[in-house]
Amino acid sequence: MLAGPITEVAAALRAKRYSCVELTRELLDRIARFNPTLNAFVTVDAERALADARAADAAITAGSAQPLTGIPIAHKDILATAAMRTTCGSKMLASYASPFDADVVDRLKRAGTVLVGKTNMDEFAMGSSSETSFFGPVRNPWNDAYVPGGSSGGSAAAVAARLICGSTGTDTGGSIRQPAALSGICGLKPTYGICSRYGLVAFASSLDQAGPFAQTAGDLALLLNAMAGHDPRDSTSLDRPVEDYARALAADRGARPLAGVRIGLPREYFGKGVDADVAAAVEAALAELRALGATTVDIALANVGLAVPVYYVIAPAEASSNLSRFDGVRYGHRAAAYSDLNDMYQKTRAEGFGAEVKRRILVGTYVLSHGYYDAYYLKAQQVRRLIAEDFKRAYRSCDVIAGPTTPTAAFAIGVKTGDPVEMYLNDIFTVAANLTGAPALSLPCGFDRNGLPIGLQLQGDAFTEARLLDVAHRFQQATDWHRRVPKLATEVAR
Amino acid sequence: MSISIADVRRIAQLARIEIDAAEADEVRAKLDAIFGLIDQLAAVDTKGVEPMAHAQEMTLVLREDSVSETDRSADYQRVAPAVQDGLYLVPKVIE
Repeated sequence: MLAGPITEVAAALRAKRYSCVELTRELLDRIARFNPTLNAFVTVDAERALADARAADAAITAGSAQPLTGIPIAHKDILATAAMRTTCGSKMLASYASPFDADVVDRLKRAGTVLVGKTNMDEFAMGSSSETSFFGPVRNPWNDAYVPGGSSGGSAAAVAARLICGSTGTDTGGSIRQPAALSGICGLKPTYGICSRYGLVAFASSLDQAGPFAQTAGDLALLLNAMAGHDPRDSTSLDRPVEDYARALAADRGARPLAGVRIGLPREYFGKGVDADVAAAVEAALAELRALGATTVDIALANVGLAVPVYYVIAPAEASSNLSRFDGVRYGHRAAAYSDLNDMYQKTRAEGFGAEVKRRILVGTYVLSHGYYDAYYLKAQQVRRLIAEDFKRAYRSCDVIAGPTTPTAAFAIGVKTGDPVEMYLNDIFTVAANLTGAPALSLPCGFDRNGLPIGLQLQGDAFTEARLLDVAHRFQQATDWHRRVPKLATEVAR
Repeated sequence: MSISIADVRRIAQLARIEIDAAEADEVRAKLDAIFGLIDQLAAVDTKGVEPMAHAQEMTLVLREDSVSETDRSADYQRVAPAVQDGLYLVPKVIE
């Protein structure tokens, strides 16, 4: 199998066991075979990918290869690319050709990666299943009757199916970590402000953050090294010293590499509502972390149960403002027939947006409307503060917070689309990190009775990505959950 | 609280999204369920709690007042539904 972990593929390319052009051709064949089932990609550009691959081969031959040179990746279709359309999974932007690249797209290009295509997603990143895309639902590579999670479901499914080595996603309430868990791979939401939001089509600006998907924690570190950095084009981008997120991974710390690491277990993450198979897999992972030297402590996050209601005020409020730009004037869809300017706006938006996007715009419009602002928006911002204070208090007694990424493994396609609230509750363990701005990652830690993957979430205080990655890496050195692949990944392309 | 059809019409108008009579009932029912979730917040005691608008406590960054971009208006207008002579075209608003 060619699309192995990035560290292994990079070594094979450098050793010239195969060329990047050979690798890319093989993966394009696999995409041609499996994408009609998975629907993970909205756009694939073979010619462009092969041009990148030839450049990578030349760089390797010239001895100027970087850690990610020649690594085939794809971007979530919410990140603007000048080379390919950027649809956001919406009819509104179905043929939008961006005049510019997002900052993280540009950085990964300069890092020497091979851009294969753009991945499918919930429309405007609003969803937890990748079923709301204008281009149809994404399917889970482990079982195509199930969702891959969302909103970055295409990016997760493509890596899980080993069609590419890594990908980008965006996480506003769990949209990287939840699909990583449901698809059986690793995904990281960095600290807010680490990766520029320039060129990331805005959903909820105070929560949106781009991050990587990959097979291993070590690969996440390499991708984050390339994606992170200050960008004056995003006024919330942080100007801080460059960090090597892989710096802790290489050291040999013996049989107990996690000695001294205190892992907090919030009782709120281990209560009712968590599926028995998920609870058992997470408990087994905690036992492994203890065997590696970590200690576990019980902690309380008294207000974390309110994170979902807080999120469903703040995110729709920001979305209703951000998405007002889609009015049929400067870009995107415009209705064919209308009576006047107002009618053009109303019909354009009625036709261009899907049902879930409209619902969230309406919720946001309501909570910001005259007479309701204090009761909803201000109140939600106050509870957001209470949740952030809970986490601050917890980090006095622990370094990392662990728990399940999601209450259950993947659910079947179609079963939750009729009930938005049930869909929203998928994010119950992931939304808090967006509200606080702190980093969090998900890594595979087992399977449920249906053979579907289960994710372990590790959260930390702001700027502790390197530690989270180290804990995940040590776990992966001792276990092989990240080496399990869905059956289709072992089938030949032709 | 519960959302009425009149609420749906009012916010749809504010949001500039046309909702026809056939959709309105379903939209109302779904919004009602979402507000059932959100209304949990009403019971929380938040007296004296400073609202948190953003994860980073940062002040707005100012830059030098100098030209940093080139004129790419043609590139940006290429993706617009209707333009003429460098202007965006919309239905007539002033008679």
